[in-house]
Amino acid sequence: METTKTTYILKKNLTDYYYSVVAPHLKKENHKVAELRKTAMEYFVEVGFPHTTMEHWRGTNLQEVYNQNLKIKTEAEVYNKTLSDIFLCEVHGFDTRVISVLNGFFYAPENKQLVTFENGVVAGSLARAQNVFPQLFEKYFGLLTRNYRHAFTALGDALFTDGVFVYVPDNVRVENTFQLIKILNLPQLATNTRNLIILGKNSKLTFLHCDDSINHQSGLSNTVSEFFIGENAELKLYKLQNLNDESALINNTFIKQERNSLLNMNVLSFNGGLIRNEITVNLDGEGASANILGLYLLDKCQHIDNQAYIYHNVPQCQSNELFKGILDDEATGVFNGSIYVARNAQQTKAFQRNNNILMKPTAHIDTMPFLEIYADDVKCSHGATVGQLNTEALFYMRQRGISFDDARLLLLYAFVAEVADKIDIVALRISIEDMIKRRLRGELSICDRCVLHCSQPAKPMEIEIDLSKI
Amino acid sequence: MSDNNDRNQVINELTTSEYKYGFVSDIETDQAPKGLSEKTIQFISAKKNEPEWLLEFRLKAYRHWLTVKEPDWALLHHPPIDYQDIIYYSAPKAKKKLQNLDEVDPDLIDTFNKLGISLEEQKHLSGIAVDAVIDSVSVKTTFQETLAKHDIIFCSFSDAVKHHPDLVKKYLGKVVPYTDNYFAALNSAVFSDGSFCYIPKGVRCPIELSTYFRINAANTGQFERTLLIACEGSYVSYLEGCTAPMRDKNQLHAAIVEIFTMDNAEVKYSTVQNWYPGNKEGKGGIYNFVTKRGLCKGHHSKISWTQVETGSAITWKYPSCILKGDFSVGEFYSVAVTNNYQQADTGTKMIHLGKNTKSTIISKGISAGKSNNSYRGMVRISKNADNARNFSQCDSLLLGNQCGAHTFPYIKSGNDTAIIEHEATTSKISDDQLFYCQQRCIGKEKAIGLIVNGYAKQVLNKLPMEYAMEARKLLAITLEGSVG
Repeated sequence: METTKTTYILKKNLTDYYYSVVAPHLKKENHKVAELRKTAMEYFVEVGFPHTTMEHWRGTNLQEVYNQNLKIKTEAEVYNKTLSDIFLCEVHGFDTRVISVLNGFFYAPENKQLVTFENGVVAGSLARAQNVFPQLFEKYFGLLTRNYRHAFTALGDALFTDGVFVYVPDNVRVENTFQLIKILNLPQLATNTRNLIILGKNSKLTFLHCDDSINHQSGLSNTVSEFFIGENAELKLYKLQNLNDESALINNTFIKQERNSLLNMNVLSFNGGLIRNEITVNLDGEGASANILGLYLLDKCQHIDNQAYIYHNVPQCQSNELFKGILDDEATGVFNGSIYVARNAQQTKAFQRNNNILMKPTAHIDTMPFLEIYADDVKCSHGATVGQLNTEALFYMRQRGISFDDARLLLLYAFVAEVADKIDIVALRISIEDMIKRRLRGELSICDRCVLHCSQPAKPMEIEIDLSKI
Repeated sequence: MSDNNDRNQVINELTTSEYKYGFVSDIETDQAPKGLSEKTIQFISAKKNEPEWLLEFRLKAYRHWLTVKEPDWALLHHPPIDYQDIIYYSAPKAKKKLQNLDEVDPDLIDTFNKLGISLEEQKHLSGIAVDAVIDSVSVKTTFQETLAKHDIIFCSFSDAVKHHPDLVKKYLGKVVPYTDNYFAALNSAVFSDGSFCYIPKGVRCPIELSTYFRINAANTGQFERTLLIACEGSYVSYLEGCTAPMRDKNQLHAAIVEIFTMDNAEVKYSTVQNWYPGNKEGKGGIYNFVTKRGLCKGHHSKISWTQVETGSAITWKYPSCILKGDFSVGEFYSVAVTNNYQQADTGTKMIHLGKNTKSTIISKGISAGKSNNSYRGMVRISKNADNARNFSQCDSLLLGNQCGAHTFPYIKSGNDTAIIEHEATTSKISDDQLFYCQQRCIGKEKAIGLIVNGYAKQVLNKLPMEYAMEARKLLAITLEGSVG
């Protein structure tokens, strides 16, 4: 195994942290949580950190992250100022219920750590919820994560400090959007958080997951999330990632879908030193359908790694995957999509597409769209392209008096619009479109505020082109 | 429902035919003792009167092999191979040195006649030069005189070592070094024979060159090596075919093919692989672990791989092109058919290094029975490969609901001017297509044959005519009764 000194030290620090801080409190925790922590830690001790000789980590080198001398914060954040004092984040004309996690701990006043709303919806700290709703934890917690693929999922299970718990009871359709804001504001911090979101039958939830940093300090944020979508339920899941160039973000998302459930997921990565999104969707009920869209716009030395595993375990499910990316400067990207169709999962429809544009000769993309199919009555396809802007289209526009920059911008925007247009919350779409335009202009290379709050929201960004000339 | 049953029956019939080349020829052989050690390698080397440097090469490869692990990333499941339980050298006993075809062992000629490769016939009628390799040793190369007229060297590997040591020394292991992978190391250590071909500058090879491989003896492994060099402005079309007898025990075949093309040269390499695939219960069959790679060294050079894979219990094979010369072209056309318990993990690698290089990948997988068929291919565009272009298309066809079809493409692009496209689909024969045929009075069986044939046509058309016929025959055997 590839072990360097720094990985050894980090591993030792994390193991020590487990035995000195986490293990003594296991008795106070839900037994399911405690058990999972134990098995996960055993796995981590045995396997260690992933390295580039492992097949699924070839494209992503974490050595620099390991070298950072990361620490774990042991005591919870004390709530002494409102979130908006630390971090301003709002979508104009878009009302959300904000839940926040600061440096790995749930950040809310004491009386709002775990709230039950009048319609029965529960939202709050996972650490608190485990003893309040033991039956739910018994049934769901760790159900999807336990077959670990690598150490980070295990670390999330073993060492999580806190996270978010949301429970939507049967037949409740939540109109408000839940917005989870995860912030790191301390240097060299490694955080492990764990989220559990459960949607009952016929329910509906929109969940916005924002990962942000508010300074230029390095850190590692590792999140493990489990989503359970009940029969006929609908989950809209948006992930917005806008971190500084020094930070590393590892998101492990596990989703289980029951009969006729619907998942609409958008992963929008705008900035971040190193981002790895691992999405696992289990289609476990007939008629379930999953739409997973991704967009990544990276420059400088940033790196993104999107891994999507879709398991069609039963017949008549449908999945659509579309990831689009623009890589500039020395940015590197990896896409690995995997569709697995089980032996009896007949009448499966699964589509997968990854399109990339490289802006500079120094940018690099690896794309691996995989299909693994064991049933014959299926319609599956995948496609991947890597290219650049169409020179003829550019020429056409320049002939008509559109400047090179504008023409380029227009083409790039058209390229990403396929993903952006599918965001069906209007206010969110408008601000994200605005973000994209700024991002493509290079005005948003690092936004030290939230991704959604841009300096002049009243004046949305326009591409100034006289369309009458075209 | 009955309609469905009917179709299942047709598919069953299609997919349960027997292997036709499973006979054993009674030929006396000269064998090395079982097992692999430096001694075995010295034995092989001594048997073949090899020069010191080649033995050195073998031993280096063997020592490297000891340090590496068998690859496990392919989607293949098989019991571990016991490398000490294999006979690494087995040769038909040479009675004396052969001068012409009449002196070849009649049993041997009979074998090749049964295979449908009558050396005699080939010689006189079809105008293909054949190098026949049985077990580990090249037994006969035809058409030497015609080739000699054009200064083309086409002979067994051992002859090449004897008569053209400089050429062999210069090119051996330069595209597939022994450090390349586990099986390449094994082959480099124990390869016993193979074909060598050298096309001089500006020569367009007037006839098609062909090698037939046959494993005959039991418990042996076959490790042959092909080295093909096409100098400036030359052209050659090279064919390769293989069969083996039916045996209960799995046999190992690990070959290496190396191709070099210089400026403006073109090589067309076609394979019809029909090693014994094992019986219906998945017992026996050949484990086929092959490393094939071509280097487009010169500008405007071209290497085109065409393969029809119908045999072997396990296929692990990725014919690749390194497109080093500017404007060089790599092509890969493949039809892989798996049936019963066969497993295939096959595809290609296109490594774009030069500017304006182009590659095309067309892969058609057909799985039936309880087999698994995977396409695994890599397209890599290096930093300096400006304007590189790749198009890949990988289609899979599933016959029956017990089989699997998988696609694992790896695309790595490090150049912003490159254009890469990959697309893949997986489906079964559509009811609409069948209905259309049946409406027009084409029986089910025939219709399925028609559709499968049409599906594979894009690749079959790339084969030289004689081979296209054979490939069609093979498809027909594998999916009996329909194709023709």
